[in-house]
Amino acid sequence: MKKKGYVRAFKAAFPYTIPVLTGYLFIGFAFGVMFQEKGYNFLWAIFMSVVVYAGSGQYLAVNFFVPGIRFVDVIFMTFMVNVRHIFYGLSLLERFGRAGKKRAYMIFSLTDETYSLLCTTKIPEGVAEDKFLFAIALLDHLYWIAGSAIGAIAGAVIPFNAQGIDFAMTALFIVIFTEQWLAGGKRIPAVIGVVSAVLFRILCGSDNFVLPSMICIMICLVSSRKYIEKNSEKGEDTYAA
Amino acid sequence: MPLSTGKSLLIIAVVSVVTFLTRVIPFLLFPKGKEIPPLIKYLGAVLPPAVIGMLVIYCLKSVNLFVYPHAAPELIAAAVVVILHIWKRNNLLSIGVGTVLYMFLIQQVFI
Repeated sequence: MKKKGYVRAFKAAFPYTIPVLTGYLFIGFAFGVMFQEKGYNFLWAIFMSVVVYAGSGQYLAVNFFVPGIRFVDVIFMTFMVNVRHIFYGLSLLERFGRAGKKRAYMIFSLTDETYSLLCTTKIPEGVAEDKFLFAIALLDHLYWIAGSAIGAIAGAVIPFNAQGIDFAMTALFIVIFTEQWLAGGKRIPAVIGVVSAVLFRILCGSDNFVLPSMICIMICLVSSRKYIEKNSEKGEDTYAA
Repeated sequence: MPLSTGKSLLIIAVVSVVTFLTRVIPFLLFPKGKEIPPLIKYLGAVLPPAVIGMLVIYCLKSVNLFVYPHAAPELIAAAVVVILHIWKRNNLLSIGVGTVLYMFLIQQVFI
C-alpha cells in the first residue's frame, strides 16, 4: 500500500513539474557544457548536480576550479549567491515538519523552482501531502541531474538553436505570479516583492541586488503587518497559507 | 582538469555544504516541535508571493532598457504569457507559447 501511495504521488506531481523539466534540462545542459569545457567529464557534472543542486550556485562554482583558488572565497561567494534561500524555509516549517524521514532531503532540495511549486501547488485529493511534495522535489532534482549529464556528454553540440529556451524558467515564475494575483489574496506582498527587486536592481546593479532586495522585502512585510492582516480580515487580501 | 581530484572534490563538498547551510538555517532556528512565533508564521505566509515577484525580476536581471533591443523580446514575451494565462489559465500553454515566442524573437526578429 505504501508503495502505491508513492506511485500515485509521482503521477499526480508530474504535470506540475513539466515547466521545470523544460527549464532544468536546458539550464542544467548549459552547466554541463561549461563544466566539461573546464576539463571535467559528465561523471563530475552528475556528481556536482547530485550533491550541490543549485542553478546559479553551480554556474558560479565553475569559476572556482582554477589553481590558487582560496576556500574562503569559495565559501563567501557561494553563500552570497544563495543567500535568498535563507528565507525560503520560513514558509515550509510546518509542512516539512510533517515530512518524516524525507525532511532532510526536502530542505536540501529547496531550489527557487521547487520552493515556488511547493508553496503554490494545491495537493490533489487522494494523495498524501508528504509524498506529493517529495515527488515534486525529487522529479525536479532528476531533471537537473539529467540536464547537466546531457550537457557534459554532448558538449557544445546542440541539435537545434536553443538560444533563449531558458525563458521557460522566467515564464514559470510569471505564470505562478499571475495565478497568485488572480486568486485575489496576497497582492500587497507581491507588489512589495516586485518593487523592492526593481528598485535595488537599479540601485545596486544586476550582480548585487538580491540580498538588499530580500532585506527590504522583510522590513516592508514586518512593518506593514497590521495593515496586511487587517485587510485579510476584511477579506480583501487574505494571507493565510 | 586544472586541479587535482582531491582538491576538486573538496571544492564541490564546500559548495554543497554552504548551499545546504543557506537552506537549512530557518529549520535550525525553529526546530521541529518548537512553537513558531506568530511573526514568523506571518512571514512564512506572506513571503512566497513577495519572493516569486522578486524571482521574476531576478530572471530578467540582465536586460538593459538603454541598449538595443531595449528589453523588447523580454517585455513582449512576458506580456504574452500574462495575457494568455489570464485568458486560458493553462500553465503549460502559457509557458510553452511564451518560451517559443521568446526564442523566435531573439533568434529571428531582434538580431
